[in-house]
Amino acid sequence: MPESKERERPTVPPADSAIARVVKDPVSRRKFMALTGGSAALAAFLAACGSDSGTTTTSTASSGGTTGTEQFGKGDIGILNYALTLEYLETAFYKDVIKSGLFKGAELETIKKFGSEEAEHVAALTAAVKQMGGTPAPMPKTKFPLSSAKSVLELASTVENLGAAAYLGQAANIKSPAVLASALAIHSVEGRHASVLNTLIGESITPDGAFAKPADAATVLKSVEPFIVS
Amino acid sequence: MSNELVHPELADVHVVEDSGDLSRSEVILKGALAAGAVYGVGMVGPFVRNALAMSDGGDVGILNFALTLEYLESTFYKEAQTRAKASGELKSLIGLLASDEQQHVEALTASIKQLGGKPVAEPKFDFPYSDTAGFLKLAQTFEDTGVSAYNGAAPSIKSKEVLGAAGSIVQVEARHAAAIRLQNKQEPAPDAFDPSLDESQVLTAVKPFIQ
Repeated sequence: MPESKERERPTVPPADSAIARVVKDPVSRRKFMALTGGSAALAAFLAACGSDSGTTTTSTASSGGTTGTEQFGKGDIGILNYALTLEYLETAFYKDVIKSGLFKGAELETIKKFGSEEAEHVAALTAAVKQMGGTPAPMPKTKFPLSSAKSVLELASTVENLGAAAYLGQAANIKSPAVLASALAIHSVEGRHASVLNTLIGESITPDGAFAKPADAATVLKSVEPFIVS
Repeated sequence: MSNELVHPELADVHVVEDSGDLSRSEVILKGALAAGAVYGVGMVGPFVRNALAMSDGGDVGILNFALTLEYLESTFYKEAQTRAKASGELKSLIGLLASDEQQHVEALTASIKQLGGKPVAEPKFDFPYSDTAGFLKLAQTFEDTGVSAYNGAAPSIKSKEVLGAAGSIVQVEARHAAAIRLQNKQEPAPDAFDPSLDESQVLTAVKPFIQ
């Protein structure tokens, strides 16, 4: 049964929203990470594993049956299209960075490698959506700030960490085991990317500590909204 | 099948039973390591799932296998703090890894108990390496294997909360893997899709290790 071809545009939160400011400002981002990470991680992990606490922040199960990805399609197709949109963003970002000429040598090779992997993710997710009878999300028009190598690496780090958190945030919403396996195969690679970029900017490879934190779709979409050109 | 081992270092890792009887998870781990040595880490997975499906099964079984792997990594990094002869950045990294894996051990132990299961006992391990290069080689293999093991087992997890927890750990293992690979002057993210444990060679490799 083919999915409806209709797809609503994501709602556009204000460009000066708190999340957008956090994403743009490296100092705020570090503070943001510090606020949400730390010693609460273990307690939250345990809460996620079977206690009946309803207040855990690490639970990735959708509440009220919504995943926050419904604007991209129903069920797993919506989640895949959401992931596809993020992968399009990452691919476009790395393409712009390579074109900018800001990087050379080993760092440029890393950026090229990561960019090509994101492009592979785009291809795989597109194929997965089609295989499920859905319409793949379109490539968004994007614009990224590329003022210096330092600011670009910080933005890359933000985007990769966010991407990893986005996949983690949807894992429990995915119905098909095959789709879940694919999502996990990508999720861990985004974790690798984030680790490397964090190292390049002198940050911890594990900003959330021993347990990575999920991000919900609304948070992720708000964070990347500044880079989508309407 | 050639006689050359893809990952000979894995074949040297000894999983020593604590009190005579090998726990199910220790058997699985020995099998997984042996298969990893022969077939390469991408092949390790399948075993795990088929073997787990045979008896323990369920989320507790998966968590117990994960716990066994985390015991391995935790012990490995604790020892490495002196044995690996590391300094500077690598020394700091080992400290971070030791702390993370220890937290994984504690969290998995607690969650197994919370689910009404019995956490596997801590096995004794023997890691054969004598210098930093040897440490890095084993570390890379363990971290990559951990990612593949979690990714392979996760689709079988029944509880959404346990799945979330596994996902939260596997991402950290992937972060570890990349960092170790950088120290080892290897590609931190060699594949666009991390291999997961697939089912086919499980029984073949684990048979010799089941009493």
